[in-house]
This record gives sequence, C-alpha cells and structure tokens, in this order.
Amino acid sequence: MSSALKGRRAGVAGLIVLVALAGFCFLGPLLYRTDQTQANVALTNIAPSAAHPLGTDANGYDVLGRLMAGGQISLEIGLAVGILATALGAGWGALAGLTGGALDALMMRVVDTLLALPAIFVLIYLATVVQPTVPLLIGVITLLSWLAPARLVRSQTLSLRTREFVTAARAAGSGQTRTIARHILPNAAGTLAVAATFQIADAILILATLSFLGFGPAPPTATWGGMLYQGTSYLLDGYWWEVYPAGLMIVATVLALNLVGEHLRESLANPARTL
Amino acid sequence: MSGFLLRRTLQAAAVLIGVTLVVFVLEHLIPGSLARAILGPRASRQAISAFNSANGLDHPLVVQYLDFLWRLAQGNLGYSYRLNRSVGSLVISQAPNDLILVGLGLLLALAIALPLGILQAARRGGAIDQLTGAATLTLYATPSYWLALLLIAALSIGAHLLPPEAGQGGGPLGLLGDPLGLVLPVLTLTLINVAWFSRYTRAAVIETLAQEYVRLARAKGLPERLVLTRHVLRNSLLTVVTLVGMAVPMLLTSGLVVEYVFNIPGVGLSYYTAAANADYPVELGVTVVVALLTVLGSLAADLAYALLDPRIGTPSDVGSKP
Repeated sequence: MSSALKGRRAGVAGLIVLVALAGFCFLGPLLYRTDQTQANVALTNIAPSAAHPLGTDANGYDVLGRLMAGGQISLEIGLAVGILATALGAGWGALAGLTGGALDALMMRVVDTLLALPAIFVLIYLATVVQPTVPLLIGVITLLSWLAPARLVRSQTLSLRTREFVTAARAAGSGQTRTIARHILPNAAGTLAVAATFQIADAILILATLSFLGFGPAPPTATWGGMLYQGTSYLLDGYWWEVYPAGLMIVATVLALNLVGEHLRESLANPARTL
Repeated sequence: MSGFLLRRTLQAAAVLIGVTLVVFVLEHLIPGSLARAILGPRASRQAISAFNSANGLDHPLVVQYLDFLWRLAQGNLGYSYRLNRSVGSLVISQAPNDLILVGLGLLLALAIALPLGILQAARRGGAIDQLTGAATLTLYATPSYWLALLLIAALSIGAHLLPPEAGQGGGPLGLLGDPLGLVLPVLTLTLINVAWFSRYTRAAVIETLAQEYVRLARAKGLPERLVLTRHVLRNSLLTVVTLVGMAVPMLLTSGLVVEYVFNIPGVGLSYYTAAANADYPVELGVTVVVALLTVLGSLAADLAYALLDPRIGTPSDVGSKP
C-alpha cells in the first residue's frame, strides 16, 4: 500500500516536473528574451548577475536563455521520436505477431539486426557523412529506436490473437489492417503508452550524448549536451554556470520521464490501485 | 533443446548477415565516393579509377558486397589510409585497454548490484529499498559523461585526490601502470552499471520470491537468510547471466564515452578520433566488431539461459526494461 502510494506520488512529481520543464522551455523565451544565434564576444564567460541570472558562455550567449532553447530541441526530438518509434514498432510488431510464419521470422530478424547495431556508433558515423539537422536526427533516431516497442507489441499480439474476440472478428472477415487497428492496438494501448514514455527519455539521452561528443546539430543550434561539451573546457576555471545547469536539466528531464513511465507501468499491472 | 540451440544459432547467423548488409549500405552513403573521401578532392581522374579498380569498387554492387563479406570472413576489417594500418591491428592493439576498463566496471558493478538488488527485493517497500531505489533511479537517468564530470569536479579538481586523466603510457601496462588514473573511469562505469543491473536484479528477485518453491521453503520454516541464498539467489543468477549478455551494447557505448572523457587509448577513443577525422574504414570496421560482440552476447545469453534452466524452450523477451 505505502509503496504503491509512494510510486503514485513519484509519478505525479515526475509529471509536475515535465509540465514545469515544458513551460520553462516553450513559454520561458516569451518572457525572457535572449539572442541565441548571434555570438557576442564582448559578453563571454560572464558570471551570473542581474542582467544574466545564469551568466553567459564562451560565445556570449545567455546561459538561462540557452537552456530554454536547448530544452525545446530536446523535448521536440524526444517527443517526435517517442511517437514515431512507438507507432512504427506497434504496427510492425502487430503485423508480425498476427501473421506468424515466415513473414514473422523475417520481420523479427530485421528487428534483431537493427538491435545489434550500436545506436551511438551508427549516429556518430552518420554525423560524419551528413551534417545532422533536427528532422534528420528525428528520422535516424526513430529508425534505431522502434525495436523495443516492436518486440513488446509482437509478444502481446501473440497472446491476443488466440483470444475469442480476435478469432471472432477474423472469422467474421476482418482483414489484417482492420484487426490490428480495431482489436490488437487498442488492447495494447497501455503497453504502448509506457513504451512511448521510455522512448522519449532514451531519445533525449541519445541526443544529449551525441551533442556532448560534438556530433549533434551544428552551432548556433542550442543543445544541452552541446552546452555541456563546451562548458567542460571551463571546468578548471570554475565557470560552474556553464557546466552544472545543462547537466541538471538532462538528468531532471530523463528522471521525470522515467518516473512517469514507471508509474504508468505499475498502474497497468495493478489496475485496482490507479487513482 | 538441441533444436532450440540450432535455431537460435541460425538466427544469430542471419542477424550477422543483416548487419554486414547495413554496414555495406552505410559505406555507400559516403558523399562522393570512398575514393574521393580517401584520396582527397584534388585527386586526378586516373588516380580515382586506379583506386577503384585496385579495391574492386568498379564491380557491380552485388559483387562488391560479396567481396566485402569474403574479406570479413577472413578477419579483414578494412584498412585506414589515415593511420596507415589495418583496422584489425588497431582493434587488437587497443582491445586490452577496453577489456580492463569495461571488464573492471562490469565485475565491480555485479559485485555491488547483485547483493543490492536482492536486499532491495527482500525489503521491498522498506526504507532501504526506497532510499537505494531513489539513488539507482537517479543514476539510471544520469549520462555517463555527466557522472564523470561530477566525479572529476569533486575528487580531482575539488579534493585533489585523483588525476582527471588515465595513464598515458600506452598498451595495457600503461593503463595498469597508473592505477590511480584508472579509479575515476572505472568508478564512473561501475556506478552507471550498478544502476542498470540492480534494477533488473531487484525485479528478477521479486518475481522469484513469488514462486511456489520459495513459499514452500518459507512454509517449512527455513530461515529467511537461507531462503534468499539457496533458493532465490541461485534462480536469480539466471537473469544475471542473461543480463550480462544483453548489456554488451550498453557497456561498449559507455566505454566509448568514458574513454573520450578520460582520454583512454581504447577502441572507443579510436572510434571517436576516426569520426572526428572522417576516417571511414576505422568507423565501419569498429561498428562491425561492436555489432558482432552484441550478437554473440545475446546468443551466449540465450544459450546459457537454456543450458542452466532445462525448463526453458524459448527464453522470454529480456531485452525490455524490468
């Protein structure tokens, strides 16, 4: 009882943090206007002051404003990948599970193959071949991320397809697409919501890692990982405002998403205990 | 049983073929051509066509792919013109550093995460579970480079206790020759791995605790400590075996990041340097090696699982989160 209650509290706390983060990143720039494209050499590495609450970085960008801009990209890419990857994985997994046989085997080997490719290595390679842009990153991270939901939905489909309502629908002439859309996916909705939440967190982590290594979207595009990458050079100089805020934003976002996902999963496992 | 082993091995082989196909496609994504990328934009037309015919790049794509497969089958991972050495020799000379770094991080993490996961599960919902659970959840959301930076800031720059860089002596002895320099990188990897493994262990032990044989052991009056060590630990070890096999990509990716942050001359850092210099052959060769290790890891996990637990026909999907 107490642990379920605490799980719920943690889930609600995660949700509140996410709403606050979204407000900070998308509404913040309306109230706190900064220039995040034009570098200003007269304003480099200024310590926090009234004019710049979190100081400025090596290019003279206001750090507080840059956290907002970087957060927008993180949340946009995370959300887009979460939705696209879950949708792709759900369709793929349901089709494979429902069809079975040779097609199922072939489709799952495709999943295994992509799962064997190390995402960060492949993304770094692609970044050396083409300059990464936001739409390109969404596409490529999606192509490397839909595999876990595909496996989840397939195993759920395997148990659903023997249930009476699915057999009845198919006997009544319901085609593959209709069966998946009307009977399989609605029953897997909970699993999909959980999967999507974790996908968003993973995509944000991938983007941050890529940017930290210097293979993210090109400057002047702001990313939290990129801010950390640049701030690291000033760790010895004690310019804390160029290092800690960006790192804390990454951890807070990913932690909040994980808490919400965890809570969703628990509510699914024990429906009686939800809200 | 043997049917399962055979089927699973054939699947792994099919996946390996798939991986080589993807890497072949990746190679052909290089803008312009491989010859241009290597010889430079000012290379003459003659030089380009000489390079292409010397490397079989003027053959049809199917033939090129089969050539590529044949070279891989012979252990030829390609040649780096930038480093003027074969990718295979580069990987072999640096792999010991990765083995030390990633291996130490894995072993230490298992030594901490297993007892921790069992303790958390045994005291599920209690104060210890709540506190350590919050800590591992936070660590789970922490990127390895961010943790590394925090450790450097606290223990190296703040307290002056440890160097912020690993030993630069070169070779495996160089890394081991400076044990103090290894502390922070290994600590970073250990903490990141503990977050991962303890969460899975906790989930596995909670599942084991609900089994009938555990309830029977308790019902017949066996002390809780013996229930945990004799019945629960043994059965949860199955999950751990699987986990290590499944963790290969995670281990190698955090290895790359940590090698970059602490400037450790391993395969991961070579990959990073190659990417920064557009040294495509090294990037593609290392990608093949990492994918191969990933496939072998997951194959080993499934086979070990099947061998250790005779009830298993088809292992459940352990790739998903706990």
